[in-house]
Amino acid sequence: MRVAVIRFPGANCDQDGYFALNDELGVKAEYVWHEATSLAGFDGAFLPGGFSYGDYLRCGAMAARSPVMDEVRRLGKAGYPVIGVCNGFQVLCEAGLLPGALLLNAQQKFLCQDVYIEAVNRNSMWTRGVDRILRMPIAHGEGRYVCEAETLHRLEQDDRVAFRYVSPTGQRVDEWNPNGSTDAIAGVLNEAGNILGLMPHPERACRELTGSVDGVLILRAFSLVHA
Amino acid sequence: MPKVRVYVTLKPSLLDSAGRTVSDALGKLGFPEVKGARIGKLIELDVAAYDEGKVKAMCDKLLANPVIEDYRFEEVG
Repeated sequence: MRVAVIRFPGANCDQDGYFALNDELGVKAEYVWHEATSLAGFDGAFLPGGFSYGDYLRCGAMAARSPVMDEVRRLGKAGYPVIGVCNGFQVLCEAGLLPGALLLNAQQKFLCQDVYIEAVNRNSMWTRGVDRILRMPIAHGEGRYVCEAETLHRLEQDDRVAFRYVSPTGQRVDEWNPNGSTDAIAGVLNEAGNILGLMPHPERACRELTGSVDGVLILRAFSLVHA
Repeated sequence: MPKVRVYVTLKPSLLDSAGRTVSDALGKLGFPEVKGARIGKLIELDVAAYDEGKVKAMCDKLLANPVIEDYRFEEVG
């Protein structure tokens, strides 16, 4: 399994992803610059967090139109695992690979803290076997997931809500929805379930030293899946 | 050279948390008559020639996100 860690100008979690995948997940991760026009030989992609293009215009808007995104789209269509974390999630939404958008947090603050999330879908490569509450960090100013009512209905109907913010004991309550996301949505899947967008950072929760190893349960999709 | 002004605004149904902050601040500064504020973007483009269809394409392709935003534009000067 060779995973492309896409580097957009202004990304800052590319190294977190690179080391988590290489050192903790045992997959071969390699950096790929956003101007690349081929991802031939890669079996998956990791779109990191950060502030691509300084968040100018809209978060992820410019990165979503990078040359490499045609290839990310190709991998996604072919069923390979593709994950966008934080800014990477915003990029996937802007690229139209995932529905919805991410807006300024409801309470206007940049949030840097641990959150608790629960897998809602349990059948995708990213969520299979994730049967307990996970703890991992968020670090974002614009993480409030929104989508049209019709889209939300479809997401729920098709079991495409990947993760929701919950309390440490799994209760879905407003106090534990850190950014005011619609229905406490922390992550969503594409129709086929191989593309995941997620605001919390699993790559920062892959070793005891950083406080949690729960992220492994999500990122292991890269090592388990051979599309 | 013709100039185009593109106005991009958050859809009315969505909470504009930055706008709410501005509205609250104005209230605290002695303007209690302000009951709300919404913040949008003004993008000025210098174009070699004005072409309505092309500006619309620019909005659809990059300048606005139809999931969360509305836009309108006008040619000026």
